[in-house]
This record gives sequence, C-alpha cells and structure tokens, in this order.
Amino acid sequence: MSTAASDVRTNYLNADYSVRSWLFTTDHKRIAILYLVSITAFFAFGGVMAGLLRLSLLTPNGDLVQAETYNKLFTMHGITMIFFFLIPSIPAVLGNFLVPIMVGARDLAFPRINLLSWYVYVLGGTFTLVAAVTGGVDTGWTFYTPYSSTYANTNVILTALGVFITGFSSILTGLNFVVTIHKMRAPGLTWSRLPLFIWAHYATSLIMLLGTPVIAITILLVALERGLGIGIFDPNLGGDPILFQHLFWFYSHPAVYIMILPSMGVMSELVACFSRKRIFGYNFVAFSSVAIAVLGFLVWGHHMFVSSQSMYAGMIFSLLSFLVAIPSAIKVFNWTATMYKGSIALETPMLYAFGFIGLFTIGGLTGIFLATLAVDVHVHDTYFVVAHFHYIMVGGAIMGFLGGLHFWWPKITGKLYSEVWGRIAAVTLFLGFNLTFFPQFILGFLGMPRRYHVYPPEFQFLNVLSTAGATVLGLGYLLPILYLTWSLFFGKAAGSNPWGATGLEWQTSSPPPTFNFDKTPVVTEEAYAYDSQLEGHRA
Amino acid sequence: MPEHLPQVAHQFEDAAQQYETATLGMWAFLITEIMFFGGLFAGFFVYVLGHTQAFAEGSRHLDLALGTINTVVLLGSSLTMALAVRSAQQGHRNGQALFLALTIILGLVFLGIKGVEYAHKFEQHLVPGPQFQMEGSHAQSAQLFFSFYFAMTGVHALHMVVGVGLLSWLLINAWRGKYTQTYFTPVEVCGLYWHFVDVVWIFLFPTLYLVARHA
Repeated sequence: MSTAASDVRTNYLNADYSVRSWLFTTDHKRIAILYLVSITAFFAFGGVMAGLLRLSLLTPNGDLVQAETYNKLFTMHGITMIFFFLIPSIPAVLGNFLVPIMVGARDLAFPRINLLSWYVYVLGGTFTLVAAVTGGVDTGWTFYTPYSSTYANTNVILTALGVFITGFSSILTGLNFVVTIHKMRAPGLTWSRLPLFIWAHYATSLIMLLGTPVIAITILLVALERGLGIGIFDPNLGGDPILFQHLFWFYSHPAVYIMILPSMGVMSELVACFSRKRIFGYNFVAFSSVAIAVLGFLVWGHHMFVSSQSMYAGMIFSLLSFLVAIPSAIKVFNWTATMYKGSIALETPMLYAFGFIGLFTIGGLTGIFLATLAVDVHVHDTYFVVAHFHYIMVGGAIMGFLGGLHFWWPKITGKLYSEVWGRIAAVTLFLGFNLTFFPQFILGFLGMPRRYHVYPPEFQFLNVLSTAGATVLGLGYLLPILYLTWSLFFGKAAGSNPWGATGLEWQTSSPPPTFNFDKTPVVTEEAYAYDSQLEGHRA
Repeated sequence: MPEHLPQVAHQFEDAAQQYETATLGMWAFLITEIMFFGGLFAGFFVYVLGHTQAFAEGSRHLDLALGTINTVVLLGSSLTMALAVRSAQQGHRNGQALFLALTIILGLVFLGIKGVEYAHKFEQHLVPGPQFQMEGSHAQSAQLFFSFYFAMTGVHALHMVVGVGLLSWLLINAWRGKYTQTYFTPVEVCGLYWHFVDVVWIFLFPTLYLVARHA
C-alpha cells in the first residue's frame, strides 16, 4: 500500500454520489446503510407508538386515547418493532456490513439478492404503514385466530401481507449469510478462526431459513381465511385456532433468538476488544450459539401453557425451555471470565456491553420463572411478561445493536463520535431502561394484565414511574441520533483501527474500499490474538 | 485479483467457487421451501387425525385418474429436465433447447390438467365458502379437506408457474448458446428447483389422493 493517507483514497462512500448509485447498488456496505436508515425510521415510528402508550397509562382511566386506539397502538408498536426493527436490526445492518469483511470476501455470495432483500423489506414496510395510516390493526402483533381471521374489523389482511412479504427479506439475508460463511472465507480462515460475530450470525441465519417460511405460510393462511373463506383456523368449519398458535410460535419463539443471537455475537467482539484478552472458551461460546438456535425450535409450547395444551406437553416444553438457560449462561459466564484480569477500557461500546450483561441476565432469569408451569399460570398475560421480554429485546438486543453501532461506527463512516456524549447516552439509556421496565415486573406480579388501557388506581404509582422512565429512555435514544449524525460532518477522521482491535475488518481502511481489501487477505491466526498484541498497544 | 472470466461475478475468485456457491444457495433455498410446505403438511396431518372420516370422504371426491396422469407428466418432466442439465454439461446447444422446451411443455400440461380439476371442483360446489355443497354427513369437515386441497395444490401450482418462467428464461439463453461445458450453473440450479417442485407433488399426490381416501 503506497498511498498511506486514507482520506484521499477511494472508498465505498465517495466512489459515486448519485442517488442511482445508492438505489441500484449491490455493495453490501451501501445496502447496510440503506437498511440502517430504514430501520431507524421504523424504530422512531414504533417508539412514538410506545410513547403514546406510556402517556396514556399515566392515569388509571386511560384519558389520552380510547380503548380501540390503545389496541391499535400496542399492535402497531409490536409489529413495527419486531418485524421491521429488531429482526433486521443487527443482521441487516452490522451483519451486512461486516460478514463479508470479516470472512475476507469482496462481497456477499449473492449481492443482487442482497439488494432485493432491502426492496422486499421496504415493500413489506409500505404495506404495513399504509395499513397503519388507513385505520390500523388491533389484533396484537401475534395475530391470534379466530379474532384476527373472523372478528377483527381492522386492516388485518394488509398488515399480514406486509409481515409476510418482509419475511422473505429475512430469508434472503439468512440465505446469503449461510452461503457466504460456507463458501467465501479467505484462505486460512478456518471455522475455528472465525470471529464469534460470524458464528452468531450463522446460527441466526439457520433460524431465519428454517423458521421464517413457517410464519409465511401461517400468515398467508390467515389472510386466505379472511379473504377467501377457507377455514383452516375457523372453528365453524372444523378448523382449530390453537393450530395457529402452534404454527405461529414455532417461528415466533425462534424469532426471539433471531433478535438476541446477533447481539450476543456483538458482545463477544466488544468484551474481547475492551478487555484486551482472548475470548474465554471460544468453542463453548461458538457452539452455544448453535445450541440456542437448535433448542429454540423445541420450546414454542411455553407460550401455550394456558391454551388448552396437554399438561404433559406443557411439562416437556417447560423442561426444554429450562435447557435454553444453559447455552445462555455459558455465554454470560465466558464473557465475565474474559474480563477477569483483563485490561478493561470503559469506552462507549464497553458500557453497552456491561449494560447488556446485566439486563440480559435479569431478562433471562425471569424467563426461567415464566417457563415454570405453576408460576406462569400466575403471571401469564401480565406486565411481568412485558417486562421480561423488554429486558431481553430492549435491554439485550437494542443494547447490543447500539454497542455494535458505536464500535463499528468509525469503520462504517470513517469518523469518530464524541466519546463524552457516547458515555452520557449509554448511561442515560441504562437508567431510563430500568426505570421504565423494572416497575412492570412488580406490576405484573401484583396482577396487572397487559393490553388493557385502564387499570385499578392502586397501580398508578408504578405506572407513573414507568412512564417517567420511558421519557428518559426516549431522550437517551435521541442522543445517539444527534451526536452520530453530528460526527458525520464534524467528527475527526477515525483511522483504520481506532480501538486497536483484532479482526480483518480493522485491517482495511475506514471507510473500506468498494471491494473491501486491496488484495484477498490470508489468515494465519485466531480471531482474538489480543495476548500477543497486548505488549505493544498498552505501553 | 486473478483474471476473471466474463461470467464469473466480481465477488468470486473463480468459476468453481461461483458454481459451488450457487448450488449451495439453491439447496439452502430449497430447505426454506421444505419448511414452507411443511407447515401445510403438519396442519393437514393434525386434522386427518381429528376428522378421519370427513377427509376420506373429501378425498374420494378428487379425480384419481387426472391426479395419476399428472403424476406421470411431472415425473416425465423431471426426466427431460435431467437430460437438459446433461446436455448443458456436455455443451450440446440443440439438446439443451429441445429438453428445456419439452420440460416447459410438460409443466404446462400439468398446469392445464390442474386447471381442469379446479374447474370441476367449482362446478361441483366443492370450493370452500358459502356455496360449498356436499352430500353425506361430514360436509362441514370435508370443507376443511378442500381448504387444504386448494391451499396446498395452489401453492404448488404457483411454484410450477415460477418454474416455467425460469425455464423459459433458460431456454432463451440456451438457444443463444450461453451455456457451455465450462458454464452451466444456471441450468443446474434451476434444475434443482424443478426437481424439488416435482418432489413436493410426489408427497402431495399420495397425501391428498391416496392415503386419506382409504382411511
């Protein structure tokens, strides 16, 4: 490399400035940016819904919105956040950007299919947004039959089609990742040298491939039932609404792991880098991702303990659900062991990593409560469940997403953000999050059911706390949008490796050139060779 | 970067890597298809257990002769597809074009016969919905059988239509001599898809026409 000055090099961002060059790009890095912009928009939309819900819950009588509006708000919040933000968040943005670079390839295996996945996502999103503004939908994000198929008078078909279409973008992304990881690795990059981020995405992609088609056919059947009157879930025609629940959760429980596994992959990168240590127990962390993916397909019945499922099926599903705790705990303990005697740096991404470990542990342990048959009967459909999955989804998945975004932001944009504001935002988010959702554990345990817009007055204090927390949380989300955007224009140039991290992505320039590397890299060591690097870096 | 053949895309090192990648990609896609149809099959078998008599009655209203003919037609198209792939591998332009055309024709024959079957069902009021009519004591649950029949064969037929489209595209390229002994990946990959769609029918035919009938 004779031209050392990185600011004059041609990279994927300054190669072409035309709109056309963005909308018809097949560069995985540009598609990642397209996804980043789109999911941020959906996140903001879903966030506004959540804000309105929390505002409405300030008073016991639901003074802000009517019951029907409230139902539509929580439905749109759930659908937007799950299908249009959480599922694509890390895979389609960070995964898209990093998977080819981390395996030392010029692009994903199928670049045009990658672009297609974004268009499919946008099309599905458009359907759902049109459904939202032309009357909304009130079935809950779960679309339970027979309410969704027979009784609901809202835009079920349109929304269902939106979710159906978006599912294919997820399938296409997963397919691209699986094939890329199998066939596109650079010379010397064996499976045991792969970054754990790649292992996590491999496991995630398997779930996308195996689970998403099942939700696709299920949602299609609901739409056909409403539109054409075929009766597979309709009791009047001999159909069984419970079959819908089985098929729905066969995907939607593994989908939870689609949302959390990539975050765990990010975590492994962050913890190793900011502890300056090899990851503890590489093989265990890698295979625990695959174990979570496999076990995830065997636990769907724990959503149906009170849906007339046989008691014996319930017992088996309960036991299998407990098993998921093992690979999850392996990860948490191995990250902790990695930090032990490490040289820990409290940079912004590492603060998110700390937040993740704490919140994911609480979320995971309360999951064990819910997988316990008797306890679940008490807290089923209460705010305890709401708090549990928000600890996993917001405390886990979004913390991981933001941690990863901050970690790789210098690589993606070539610019450094303000470290001070980064830390302030991370701490604000952590505090706001706990203030929002911890009271909901108590509310649920005391018996406040979810999905009602009114509640008994004695629950008001905890609800006010939760709404106050949501305000702090909202502010916390606003901060990164502001200072990250600011860094695009005024941030200092990042250099190729601002964190002193290992990994192929840090060996190319920031932002990377269009084909990622000047020549195909040859890998000679494992992914986390921090031990050998330690001497020179911390001198 | 090594010298690239024009048909090797920029992200690949060489033609062999591109071939392996494309094939694995199609296999991965076919796995998603198995799960897609798997949801329908799972639902069907759950309901057979609960409505055995009604499903048998519904099944006896299907046209076994046309179903059997269609099975033969589709198996024949699998043969011609395999021959088309072989011609492509050997670089025979005329062979490719001939066998692709035959495969397309057989696919269209299948869809035509399927259309005739559907038309009969409409005439006999066996389409689920308000106008559904069937004599016998199990009319209500038999309607469920026909829900599955139309959903499963309909989704399968949709896959056939996509397949015919793909093969037509291959036929044009094959006629232009695009596929040679060193580059036949698209023919092989589309062949995998076509065989898969055939195999789905090999499961659909006994499930809908044979097994339920004798329950």
